[in-house]
Amino acid sequence: MSLLRVESVSKRFGGITANQDVSFEVGAGKIVGLIGPNGAGKTTMFNCIAGYAPPTTGEIWMNDIKVSGMSPEQCARAGIGRTFQVARTFTSMTALENVMVGAFLINKNVGDARQSAARLLSFVNLGQFRDKPAGSMTISEQRRLAVARALAVKPRLLLMDEVMAGLNPTEVRETVDVVLKIREEGISCLIVEHVLEGIMPIADAIVVLDYGKKIAEGSPEQVSRDPKVIAAYLGDE
Amino acid sequence: MNIQDKTVISAHELLAPDSHGNSSVKYILLALCVLAALLVPVVVKDPSHQNLAILILMAAQLGVAWNIVGGYAGQVSLGHVAFYGLGAYTSTLLLTQWGFNAWVAMLCGGLLSAAISLIIGWSCFRLNGHYFGMATIAVAEIIQIIFTNWEYAGAAVGLTLPMDQQGWGSMIFTDKAPYYYIALGLLLVTLAVNYWIEHSYLGYYFRAIKDEPDAARSLGINLSRYKQIAFAVSSFFTAIGGSLYAQKELYIDPGSVLHTGLSIKMALVSILGGVGTLLGPVIGAGVLTFIEEGTRALFGGSGRGTDLVIYAALIVVIAVYYPTGVMGWIKQFFARRKAVKAQKEQDVQEAKREAA
Repeated sequence: MSLLRVESVSKRFGGITANQDVSFEVGAGKIVGLIGPNGAGKTTMFNCIAGYAPPTTGEIWMNDIKVSGMSPEQCARAGIGRTFQVARTFTSMTALENVMVGAFLINKNVGDARQSAARLLSFVNLGQFRDKPAGSMTISEQRRLAVARALAVKPRLLLMDEVMAGLNPTEVRETVDVVLKIREEGISCLIVEHVLEGIMPIADAIVVLDYGKKIAEGSPEQVSRDPKVIAAYLGDE
Repeated sequence: MNIQDKTVISAHELLAPDSHGNSSVKYILLALCVLAALLVPVVVKDPSHQNLAILILMAAQLGVAWNIVGGYAGQVSLGHVAFYGLGAYTSTLLLTQWGFNAWVAMLCGGLLSAAISLIIGWSCFRLNGHYFGMATIAVAEIIQIIFTNWEYAGAAVGLTLPMDQQGWGSMIFTDKAPYYYIALGLLLVTLAVNYWIEHSYLGYYFRAIKDEPDAARSLGINLSRYKQIAFAVSSFFTAIGGSLYAQKELYIDPGSVLHTGLSIKMALVSILGGVGTLLGPVIGAGVLTFIEEGTRALFGGSGRGTDLVIYAALIVVIAVYYPTGVMGWIKQFFARRKAVKAQKEQDVQEAKREAA
């Protein structure tokens, strides 16, 4: 059975339909890419799954728990971790303290939280920045910091919103390595991404949205050959 | 390399509590400060000077209490006087009408205020930022109107505490010194609780809520629950401060313990000293009380309101030049000195290398 099941979810904001009847699944330990042109409804879908914008109709399930209708903090407790398009770093804290805030969900003891946060910082290759004020880190570092912070709540599914956007090729490679390591830990990843070079080689499956509807789903090879996807990205003749 | 580049530090960075300072030096300094504070009534005999010291301690305690919710958790309450008044009225009524022990009455006032803060917080924390601040002003005004018209609580005339029942049980003294020690003890307890919060998961949660509420939610933090915890702890200590005022002045009325200006003062003490820092409000209280009492002594009756003009000017200066308050300024000073020192060492080493 799949870890995450999105069942015919629609999300309307007044007269605007951001998502219409979207269904897909994320298997346990899989990397799924959610792609589509600007305004396709990718981030709205994320917000539906993570509880920030409950779906207008349809249901979302994590294993046998119905998460649609839950608040973001309840979703976090149900095993959904997430990052944001802008990193939303806690700028008054050091890198380590940022991750500790996440770790407190599992264990309220400060010493224990500090230890597990230090481990996670090394996991995302930020070990040397432990005591650096988080606000002064580069965008790439802050994105990976956000990943470490989200991992601290011990999620079974990690939602990553454009972790690779605006990064240079070296930084993209570093981030890709981290994503692969996360999958090795048995955590599923659902990734919204514009940088297709980053996501295509590592994804187990791709879901393509356009104008709020799912237009294609399948392996990266299948999807990249799909005429509808090509039309959505490059336009019709 | 330009030293200026190295020392440009963001406001947030300056306000972050030190997690790795030289702690033994800090403890010795702290012990010396407490010892000096204990000796003040022994050295200073003039009652009016003793009174000034008490006023500073009381203002500091209120600032420290406000700082829990307004500084650490970033929920700027401008109606904290409501809790101050509730504390003062509750303890006074329990003492005079029900014959309670003053200390128990004080505690009851604190607990009642914390309970009421939960109700106020439950409704007001649905609002964000400035709107929360405005709602708290409204709540404080409502409470002031209730007490102004409530006969049992003395209405507009106010309540008087019995001056003839002196002693530790009723917490009423002719000397200033006992009040000084009670105010000092209360400040130290409030600081200790603040210190504990700052270093426990609560402190991290409060700062996370202040920095990025959406990200905090994604980490499983229930925003309203933790805002309410901060609000309740803060109101508890604010109410205790109100009770102490009643015990010291032996007379309260809505104009003295439910006056909107006091809410502003609690916030200002904290902002002037440095929001979200442990000792900021203590420094802020010292500076502000001196200004207040100084202008009053300097200009006398004809200068009524001069302190308010200076308050206003201070707010403008802080907002424009020192958004991090006195504590931020001190930290920046040391950070710059450290950078200069490091630069000099580097220069010396480079010179040596060149010579070699």
